[in-house]
Amino acid sequence: MTDAVMNELHTDKNASEQAARDRASHASAAVKRGLKKRYAAESRFRAYGIGAIAIAMCFIVILFTTIISSGLPAFTETTITLNVELKEDVIDPAGTRDPATLVNANYRKIVFDTLLLEFPDVTSRTDRRALTAILSAGASFQVQKMVTGDPSLIGQTIEIDLPVSADFDLYHKGVINKSTDEADRRVDDKQMAWFDTLKERGTITSGFNTTFFTNADSREPELAGIWGATVGSLFTMLVTLLLSFPIGVSAAVYLEEFAPKNRLTQIIEVNINNLAAVPSIVFGLLGLAVFINFFGLPRSAPLVGGMVLALMTLPTIIIASRAALKAVPPSIREAALGLGASRMQVVTHHVLPLAMPGILTGTIIGMAQALGETAPLLMIGMVAFIVDIPGSITDPATVLPVQVYLWADSPERAFVARTSAAIMVLLSFLIFMNALAVVLRKKFERRW
Amino acid sequence: MSFTLVLGTLIVLTIAGFYLGRSRSLASAGGAASKLHSRPHYYGYFVALWCGIPTLLILGLWTVFQTPIVEAMVQSSLPDQFLNTDASQMSLIMNDIRNLASGNITSGEITPTMQAAADHYVSLSRTSILAQFVVILAIGIAALAYARGKIAPQLRARNQVEKAMMTILIVCSIIAILTTIGIVLSLVFESWRFFEKISPVEFLFGLEWSPQTALRSDQVGASGAFGAIPLFAGTLLISLVAMCVAGPIGLLSAIYMAEYAPGKVRGTVKPLLEILAGIPTVVYGFFAALTVAPFLRDQGGLFGLDISSESALAAGLVMGIMIIPFVSSLSDDVINSVPQSLREGSYGLGATKSETIKRVILPAALPGIVGSFMLAISRAIGETMIVVMAAGLGANLTANPFEAVTTVTVQIVTLLVGDQEFDSAKTLAAFALGLVLFCVTLCLNIIAMAVVNKYREQYD
Repeated sequence: MTDAVMNELHTDKNASEQAARDRASHASAAVKRGLKKRYAAESRFRAYGIGAIAIAMCFIVILFTTIISSGLPAFTETTITLNVELKEDVIDPAGTRDPATLVNANYRKIVFDTLLLEFPDVTSRTDRRALTAILSAGASFQVQKMVTGDPSLIGQTIEIDLPVSADFDLYHKGVINKSTDEADRRVDDKQMAWFDTLKERGTITSGFNTTFFTNADSREPELAGIWGATVGSLFTMLVTLLLSFPIGVSAAVYLEEFAPKNRLTQIIEVNINNLAAVPSIVFGLLGLAVFINFFGLPRSAPLVGGMVLALMTLPTIIIASRAALKAVPPSIREAALGLGASRMQVVTHHVLPLAMPGILTGTIIGMAQALGETAPLLMIGMVAFIVDIPGSITDPATVLPVQVYLWADSPERAFVARTSAAIMVLLSFLIFMNALAVVLRKKFERRW
Repeated sequence: MSFTLVLGTLIVLTIAGFYLGRSRSLASAGGAASKLHSRPHYYGYFVALWCGIPTLLILGLWTVFQTPIVEAMVQSSLPDQFLNTDASQMSLIMNDIRNLASGNITSGEITPTMQAAADHYVSLSRTSILAQFVVILAIGIAALAYARGKIAPQLRARNQVEKAMMTILIVCSIIAILTTIGIVLSLVFESWRFFEKISPVEFLFGLEWSPQTALRSDQVGASGAFGAIPLFAGTLLISLVAMCVAGPIGLLSAIYMAEYAPGKVRGTVKPLLEILAGIPTVVYGFFAALTVAPFLRDQGGLFGLDISSESALAAGLVMGIMIIPFVSSLSDDVINSVPQSLREGSYGLGATKSETIKRVILPAALPGIVGSFMLAISRAIGETMIVVMAAGLGANLTANPFEAVTTVTVQIVTLLVGDQEFDSAKTLAAFALGLVLFCVTLCLNIIAMAVVNKYREQYD
């Protein structure tokens, strides 16, 4: 034995003697000190855990409060009530009431003149232009719609609530205020004064923003809404559901109930697990290369979007369905087989109905994932600026999360609130779907 | 005459097939169902399947191949002057014809030949759909009649229907494999075309990334550089920041939930943490770009740090929040599956709870925890929206998290969103990046899953 080892043994011996002494005097000061330290370490460690959870919870709270606080203003809109005189000599000088004339009439002039009448002392060209900036570009469309819908209004003076432009909407809500330098804001002092006068006269009102829920996208923030994107999302989800649910459940039934344990089924299984972890953007690349470039399907269409998302949610649905099928006890199968049912009848008459709540829960969760997905849809061109509400699954469309992305990218300040509001709508859809899944699970879950 | 109409007719035909088959079977047995081999509705399904499957297949194939065939016919009927143009010119012309045919705005002025080609296109498409309708109707009715004719009391309808159903089930399971094959083939094929222009060595090891190939050769940066190292470095930097957030928070909360928390706390905290995984990534991206990045920039200003408003820190931080549940859930499972006997042994030796966790449970659970970290990293690498919205676009080879970096996914999105021509190195580069992304995440996942599974076997 070398000296070093001998030494070590020696110190070991010393240490064990020390330990023996310590044991003998159980409450010695050294042990107490040590215990105190160890207990301190114990509570410290516990505190780390609580701290970590607290930090994570904090993030959730911050995230939601930021979104909600910046999104709430978007749910009210500011309107200006004006007594608009629908002059016949401007709208329809010939008096023919020809629809084409009515559509193309100069409604801009009518609404602008009405507003200018409120301030007779504003005469210079630049001032007049600055004043009419209060009105949204949508104001003249609104009058146009009213007149084309009911030509008998021509010649009358009617009271109309017209939208104000986004900057004044923000000024009314206090987002733009006098504290910033005049050069840095989009509403100058003169315009603010006019707007305040209008407010004093009681013509400015704010109410629930229905535009936001009924319009599609627009370049003008005050006219932009989420209805177009919502319809696009619905179409996309419809395609996704119609494809992924039957295929996913069939695949799960085969793999769980019928598949022989051979190489092929093993490969399929490993493959499904791996597909579940492939980055979503890769599915977008697949959709672009195969569905659009190879098969020539239309770009930006909910059809292609739904197909890509269906491939993406397929693994989720298969995995959840297999778990649900596995949970059905074998005794059910055996009983049915014993009564003379074929294997297919066992599955379709007994196992599948019993597993259905679990399968539906998994499907809803998969659909919720698909509803929130953005990246693969960017790849297949669903980011286009689309003002029309899609009418079918092959029309160009956009979906809610992509709308959020588009608005978040927009430099207009008024879009910030709308982005948050759109996120709130998206999140409420997701919360609803997840709640549905939880209820379904609670209500139909059976313990065998 | 549209696709929906054809599909509708087909569905009606199939349903009709079901009822015809059922009534026929009863009639063939003289109204006594007990004389039939199978129950009557199986005869219905038998006819419906015979009618539905072939027509549906034809409809699918027809829809897929209609456009390419029509376009090839239009192209071949174009006057000679167009035939000598190169491929890109040709695709431009075809695009115009397509737009003209569907009544959209075209790029150039409309020449009579173009108009004629567009008319030809429209008439061909119309004929095609009409022919499709007739063919499908004819085949459907023929198949229906044939199957109905085969019905006899001794026909083993149930066995045949079940066989067909089994085939459908198998085809559905194979779709999962087809998806993978589709992903691999499309990525490899497009990357191959990219590597014909740019050598793989330059792509994988080059230090400069500027994919903007100029329109004219005399512009600045006309050649474009495709060295992807700055992108890989940027991706790793952001993932590293994310793991610095998600690793400790996720692991510590998993430990707390598995070892300390009473059942009630665990029951509420776990779903709350899972919320983080359920929030769409575009929401995180918005949060990062609107709240976190400006906050960090301002705070950095207070401390004299120059933090870019598109810093890797902001994107990484928010991504870290997103992947907390990926780390915590799996680690929680893994810690829970460490056998109770190990804990009891350690307590019996006088160890405190935290000592047990640190010296016994964590070492025992280490492989599983490593696996969960790897899965989280693979999530972070493949994450797109947060970085698209909060990280930069400029390829910047740096290890400083305060600077703006760009990532693989950001570049894929910027290269492919917007107008694109399908044979330029610029768009093809996106597929090469996608291939790298796919391979790296796949490897991480396979290794992680192998590690976790091996670990599970050890204690099961």
